[in-house]
Amino acid sequence: MAKGLFGSSLVKKYWMALTGLFLITFLLVHCAVNAAIFVNDGGETFNKFAHFMGTNLLIRSMEIVLFVGLLAHIVDGLMLYFQNRKARPTAYAKQNNNSSSTWYSRSMALLGTLILFFLIVHLGNFWVKTRITELSVIDQHLYYDGEKYENLFGEMQLVFKELWVVIVYVLGCISLFWHLLHGFKSAFQSLGLNHSKYKGTIAIIGDAFSVIIPAIFAAMPIAMYLEWIA
Amino acid sequence: MEGNMNLKLKIWRQKSTSDKGAMKDYQLGGVSPDMSFLEMIDVLNDKLIREGDDPVTFDHDCREGICGMCSMFINGEAHGPNRGVTTCQLHMRSFKDGDTIYVEPWRSAGFPVIKDLMVDRGAFDRIQQAGGFISVNTSGRTMDANAIPVPKEDADKAFSAATCIGCGACAASCPNGSAMLFVSAKVSQFALLPQGQPERKERVLNMVKQMDEEGFGNCSNIGACEVQCPKNISLENIARMNREYLMANIKPEN
Amino acid sequence: MKLESRIPEGSLEQKWTKYKNTARLVNPSNKRNIDIIVVGTGLAGSSAAASLAEMGYRVKTFCFQDSPRRAHSIAAQGGINAAKNYMNDGDSTYRLFYDTIKGGDYRAREANVHRLAEVSANIIDQCVAQGVPFARDYGGLLDNRSFGGTQVSRTFYAAGQTGQQLLLGAYSALSRQIGKGTVQMLNRHEMLDLVVVNGKARGIIARNMITGALERHSAHAVVLCTGGYGNVFYLSTNAMGSNVTAAWKAHKKGAAFANPCYTQIHPTCIPVSGDHQSKLTLMSESLRNDGRIWVPKKKEDVEAIRAKKLKPQDIKEEDRDYYLERRYPAFGNLVPRDIASRAAKERCDEGYGVNATGEAVYLDFSSAIVRYGKAQANVKGLANATHEQLVELGTEVVKEKYGNLFQMYEQIVAENPYKTPMMIYPAVHYTMGGLWVDYELKTTVEGCYACGEANFSDHGANRLGASALMQGLADGYFVLPYTIGNYLADEIRTGNISTDTPEFVEAENNVRQQLESYFKTSGKNPVDYYHRRLGKIMWEKCGMARDEEGLKWAIAEIKKLREEFFAEVRVPGSMQGMNPELEKAMRVADFIDLGELMCLDALDRNESCGGHFRVEFQDADGEALRKDDEYNYVAAWQWTGDASKPNLVKEPLIYENIKVQARSYK
Repeated sequence: MAKGLFGSSLVKKYWMALTGLFLITFLLVHCAVNAAIFVNDGGETFNKFAHFMGTNLLIRSMEIVLFVGLLAHIVDGLMLYFQNRKARPTAYAKQNNNSSSTWYSRSMALLGTLILFFLIVHLGNFWVKTRITELSVIDQHLYYDGEKYENLFGEMQLVFKELWVVIVYVLGCISLFWHLLHGFKSAFQSLGLNHSKYKGTIAIIGDAFSVIIPAIFAAMPIAMYLEWIA
Repeated sequence: MEGNMNLKLKIWRQKSTSDKGAMKDYQLGGVSPDMSFLEMIDVLNDKLIREGDDPVTFDHDCREGICGMCSMFINGEAHGPNRGVTTCQLHMRSFKDGDTIYVEPWRSAGFPVIKDLMVDRGAFDRIQQAGGFISVNTSGRTMDANAIPVPKEDADKAFSAATCIGCGACAASCPNGSAMLFVSAKVSQFALLPQGQPERKERVLNMVKQMDEEGFGNCSNIGACEVQCPKNISLENIARMNREYLMANIKPEN
Repeated sequence: MKLESRIPEGSLEQKWTKYKNTARLVNPSNKRNIDIIVVGTGLAGSSAAASLAEMGYRVKTFCFQDSPRRAHSIAAQGGINAAKNYMNDGDSTYRLFYDTIKGGDYRAREANVHRLAEVSANIIDQCVAQGVPFARDYGGLLDNRSFGGTQVSRTFYAAGQTGQQLLLGAYSALSRQIGKGTVQMLNRHEMLDLVVVNGKARGIIARNMITGALERHSAHAVVLCTGGYGNVFYLSTNAMGSNVTAAWKAHKKGAAFANPCYTQIHPTCIPVSGDHQSKLTLMSESLRNDGRIWVPKKKEDVEAIRAKKLKPQDIKEEDRDYYLERRYPAFGNLVPRDIASRAAKERCDEGYGVNATGEAVYLDFSSAIVRYGKAQANVKGLANATHEQLVELGTEVVKEKYGNLFQMYEQIVAENPYKTPMMIYPAVHYTMGGLWVDYELKTTVEGCYACGEANFSDHGANRLGASALMQGLADGYFVLPYTIGNYLADEIRTGNISTDTPEFVEAENNVRQQLESYFKTSGKNPVDYYHRRLGKIMWEKCGMARDEEGLKWAIAEIKKLREEFFAEVRVPGSMQGMNPELEKAMRVADFIDLGELMCLDALDRNESCGGHFRVEFQDADGEALRKDDEYNYVAAWQWTGDASKPNLVKEPLIYENIKVQARSYK
């Protein structure tokens, strides 16, 4: 690849788009796995899925890639943000942005930061406990068919008893919704995949994805808090 | 005076590039709804000169929306509130008696202010010089114009991209200060035509390089440029340029 | 002074070939040591600068705008003529030549016009190679349309933005050379004097419009591509900055100014809306392909329309006067511009004008819309389409052809031209007159050339539509690059030209004094005040119709205006830095002198021809009456130091190939 691929403004767009699409696929997998709580079988299905995800070597190594991808998305985003601020040294006294663009497309850095705050809370709640320390729930393990499984479902029930945590999660999901609403379509445009023929389809899929995935995620803490799922 | 509109104008005044500059208030009466926005500024300047003040400096030339010289950021929008028009085509009937109107120069690191509302758009020329051409000598001894048929759809698309007037509204209205719409329009025009093929890859690489060196921001697909472009240049051009640049990097040889 | 046109010997068809075969050449290593200044970056300037740089000369180019791409060629709408005969409708180089001479009312040089017709086809080839996106048909080949004064379709176009696309093509060629370093581009620089050393043009004095500094630039030849002087009328379709200053300074340094009174008044412009008006907007002549021009037949309908009690679309077909179709059945709405303009004026003078000021006629697309609608309905197999459906289908076709023009109209007038007929009125658009040049495009100052609208050469007394773009590019790409070598071949031993010679010092000092003089007056009125007044005098007495009495009055008025201007103009600011009012003052001062010369020229020419219509000289039908035995000459005016007493030198026009006859489009 040419040297230009590592410095130009367009390359930053490509990285943003590629890492973004990668994170989107992660969201899809993550959402699908977690949706197992809605089976409402006392967490058995979910705990089994979580066990698989936590022990499979391929998945574990993808976790590293995921962190790298996330970091790249953040670093690239911050670089864009600061460079773009420099591109307009004097601000307009009056700028009527809303007439020509959506607030969320202009606020990707802000939305991304909110999502990052949420992620820190979220990782502290679950990832740190499963991978580094230990679960807080009393029944740390459950046995299905004689096999031992980590009781992540119980941990969720415990964590989502706190109202403030539920609120943080819901806000995180709302941020994600806005971030995706621009990010999904934007990734395709950045990679040059915006053709009048497919534009409509991409927009519909993108909008649907942006609504459905965060909605499912948000439903989890709410359902647990309201004890729809037990 | 033939009109009866009264306006409060808030105009950016800056003596030179090094001067700090500030917004200044003006009261202007006798504005007719049939005046163009620039003719309204003419009336203001006539008044300022007669009162011994310094008139407002602004770029303008053809006053029919094609030269791309006029460049005012009016009430927070490039070329004002109407779509598909330049400042010179904006008429005062788009405003109401008693309105307060903000008038500012393009704001971009790539467009330093020369004086008041006038900016230096040399950056666009330099981007064009970096590759916005087809290297053909000017002898006229090429080949017959009809030797290569061009599908009408491609020709029409190339034309649509080529209608860019280089006014800079895209970079001025982009919240990121990006000039991608301008650059992509030129890249697209040539990428779509058979005549542009030999230098297709080199062209996009060189033009993007120059664009970055001029201090414009990065495109994040907000889309304000497309909305505020007086010539309705499509965002599809940016997607095409993204594609062209990617391909040129992946496979630099033709 | 004797005018030598230097037209090569031989048959008309062979003159240019023969010239090219015998013109002296400059070898590549010598070209690298020769400087050429090109002033102006429109079609002629950009193409000349790019071509000269391509050939190896060192080129310096100047424009007063912020970028070479802004030059007013960009605003040309309708198209560019070329004798390609792609349409197979009988076109040929000879026919283009003939139409241009006839259109120019037999007041142009045969040899120049034939050369123009010869190279016209190359222009299209060149532009396509440069990536100019001309309109194409569904087979992928270039499309053509018809323009005034011709009976073939030879006009290539890019929607209603042909000038823009051609200029951007030339600008890209120029940009390529700037990028290579072979052209040094000086934007926001205005030429304020020509420097002549020992009878040869050796450079210019230019003002850096950002810093206000006066700069000396030297060269072995100076090429002026500075456009026309229509802004002498204040209101015209020209850009606000278009001016005569560069050409006028050259005139004052010895370049004769030819046929200044030949002004083109374009028939289809948007009428004036009020005193605030700063410029007029053209509606392309291409609209006359499909638009029909009319006024009501009955005075009471006119009254009702002016009182807004009646809408034009409600006037019955039999109550409309399609006066062009009535008077000129052979060419109908596609008569040349001068004829269409005068006919509009005649109807309005008779009281049939349809707007509040009585100075507008209709340009109506309703029959074209229905006609196209029917064609579309046939294509789509709609046998029993209703009138509404036809209108809808036809509107789409018209939109594709002229969409941007209709949109432009709607922006300015706030009326929908698809539904209500457009209102139009003639306005100053182009000036056929300009610096006198010989066959080589050289002015009467050695080493000083003029190309494009800045010269007088190819359009006689009236230019046909879509010929200005053709001439600009022909001069810049294909004529000047050959002819200038014939002069520069003698310059290979000259070496670099110093800017410290007394001539440069004196020229700079003169310019400085002129500029400083504007700040000494206490001043009452801004520059525009005087410019408007000049424009009014010119439009009323030296516009579409002229007579002896009016012209004499105008000359006296201009003299008064000049005195007032210099005594009372108020120019704010100072010499330093950006000062647009100072720029305007310089230009208006030159317009005042030029205005007087135009009136003198119009007064001298006791005949009517093309754009010059003297009321005293018309036939019973009101058609222009030429007097070939007395006035078949180019009037070249020499500066004598007194603007009121220029010296007239005549270049007789000799027609060897075309029979000079009364122009008829009936």
